[in-house]
Amino acid sequence: MMRVAHGHPEIACATERTDLRARAGLREAKDAMATVMFGAAVVVVAVPLALVVWALIERGAHVAFESFPAFFTQEIPVVSRRPGPGMGPAILGTLLVTGGGTLIAVPLGILGAVYLNEYGGVSRFARAVRFTAMVMTGVPSIVMGLFVYIGWTVHFGFSAFGGALALACLMVPVVIGSTEQMLRLVPEALREAAYALGATKSRVIVTVVLPAALPGIVSGSLLAVARAAGETAPLLFAVGAATSFNIDFLGGANTALPVQIFDNATSVFVGAQDRAWGAAFTLVLVTFLVTLGARFFALRSALQR
Amino acid sequence: MGAEARKSTGKPTALAGREIASLSAVSHVTVASPGSVVFDLEGVEVHYGAFCAVRGVTLKILEKEITAFIGPSGCGKTTVLRCLNRLNDLISGARVAGGITYRGSDLYGAGVAVTEVRRRIGMVFQKPNPFPTNIFDNIAYGPRINGTRSHGALEAIVEKSLRSAALWDEVKDRLRESALGISGGQQQRMCIARALAVEPEVVLMDEPCSALDPIATARIEDLMRELKRSYTIVIVTHNMQQAARVSDRTAFFTTDRADESRTGYLVECGKTDTIFSNPADERTESYISGRFG
Repeated sequence: MMRVAHGHPEIACATERTDLRARAGLREAKDAMATVMFGAAVVVVAVPLALVVWALIERGAHVAFESFPAFFTQEIPVVSRRPGPGMGPAILGTLLVTGGGTLIAVPLGILGAVYLNEYGGVSRFARAVRFTAMVMTGVPSIVMGLFVYIGWTVHFGFSAFGGALALACLMVPVVIGSTEQMLRLVPEALREAAYALGATKSRVIVTVVLPAALPGIVSGSLLAVARAAGETAPLLFAVGAATSFNIDFLGGANTALPVQIFDNATSVFVGAQDRAWGAAFTLVLVTFLVTLGARFFALRSALQR
Repeated sequence: MGAEARKSTGKPTALAGREIASLSAVSHVTVASPGSVVFDLEGVEVHYGAFCAVRGVTLKILEKEITAFIGPSGCGKTTVLRCLNRLNDLISGARVAGGITYRGSDLYGAGVAVTEVRRRIGMVFQKPNPFPTNIFDNIAYGPRINGTRSHGALEAIVEKSLRSAALWDEVKDRLRESALGISGGQQQRMCIARALAVEPEVVLMDEPCSALDPIATARIEDLMRELKRSYTIVIVTHNMQQAARVSDRTAFFTTDRADESRTGYLVECGKTDTIFSNPADERTESYISGRFG
């Protein structure tokens, strides 16, 4: 629009809107509505979570911390009617089973994802593996439990190892999926930079691709571990529900916190129900601490680099 | 065979016990005199699957010179550059036809170790691509993968490389800090230092200044003139002034808009002075004078 130097600017800009304020009405209304809706969604998501945490603390914390550390170290009462501690064997069992499952699943899952993303690509075999892994994430955990039951427990009896196998079967596809996503996000420019310096493919993967994807891989694996730590069904078949400590990873019935929560919560006795709350609180606490620790190490190694 | 072919023009010397003469590893390295042929491309054609990206590239790249590839987008400059260190091998479906020799030996011949090719022919990319680690480890990456373990030796290499890239004074106190924390221009010089750390013979630069401001660009250009004393440099650039300022020889690529296949080709290659003042081809003249669309 041409402006007249000494004329009337109002006339020259007659068609231009000089007012920068938003036009009142529709857009503001939409904005307000969206704000309310998003706020409401956050509340809807957060409230149940807060209630769960609150119930656990209110009903579980005092059981777990009463005459500390008895609840964490004593064996589970054989007579479930009897009130009082403890959950020691279940804590140990959970650590053994989940830890064993993690040691099997995370390396396998990461290696599988490296194969899929760096070597397999769109080959027929890689696509088949990717599809199978995707389908496996949808397999109900109890089915995995049955699979381990007929494949292992029937032949060798209850053991923490059987539980670890079942959890590993559940975790592997999740670890493969999340790790492959993370590897895909590593910029091609970084790989090229390493190749251009004369690095071999395996070298590039070990020294550039995996370190760059590490924080994401840790996050994805932790998610799988936390989910597995809370699994009950497959452990009922494979681990059993012992009440005394069993440090032997490979042999003999063991137990785990989710199994004990199930057993005790379904009991008619108040003492057992209290133990279930304490066990539930302990499970969340253990998972939380493990997650926190792993994140701390991942963050530290990320900062060092 | 590479060593044999060059013996007439240069004298073979052993280089610090390293066996890096021919690309398939013989025991001498040839220190060729300026003006001898480093790369000899004969009718090079590059295909990505069914698509022919560039064809008809016949040119020579000479020792201790800066050769610039110029031309409009999509004419195949970068494609040809990436053939010179076989980085196109990483792209599935990429295929190179025609002959490329490096100091007389066939770059795509049987028995050529790609890793050795890339160690000797370094590359700097369009966008600075530091590894997400500290400056020291970035520079030390190449020497480490090539077998240098001792910390003292690595320190010496890092300092020397950073000095060659005119970056030492700016980062010498921050070697242990993240390479992502320095400016874009510094990152690009760090990437040059990283390329120099493996003692390459040739440095390929793919539009190294396109992401930088004029001051950082000027620094990189000064650096290129400095590096020319010890290295053969090939640079792809969209900036014709840059080609005119720094290069000794210029190769002009283009593509015909009438041609549906969009295949790029080399129009001419010659001394930069000649190309910019008195080009042989009409297309070159209209491109450098800005008449090209």
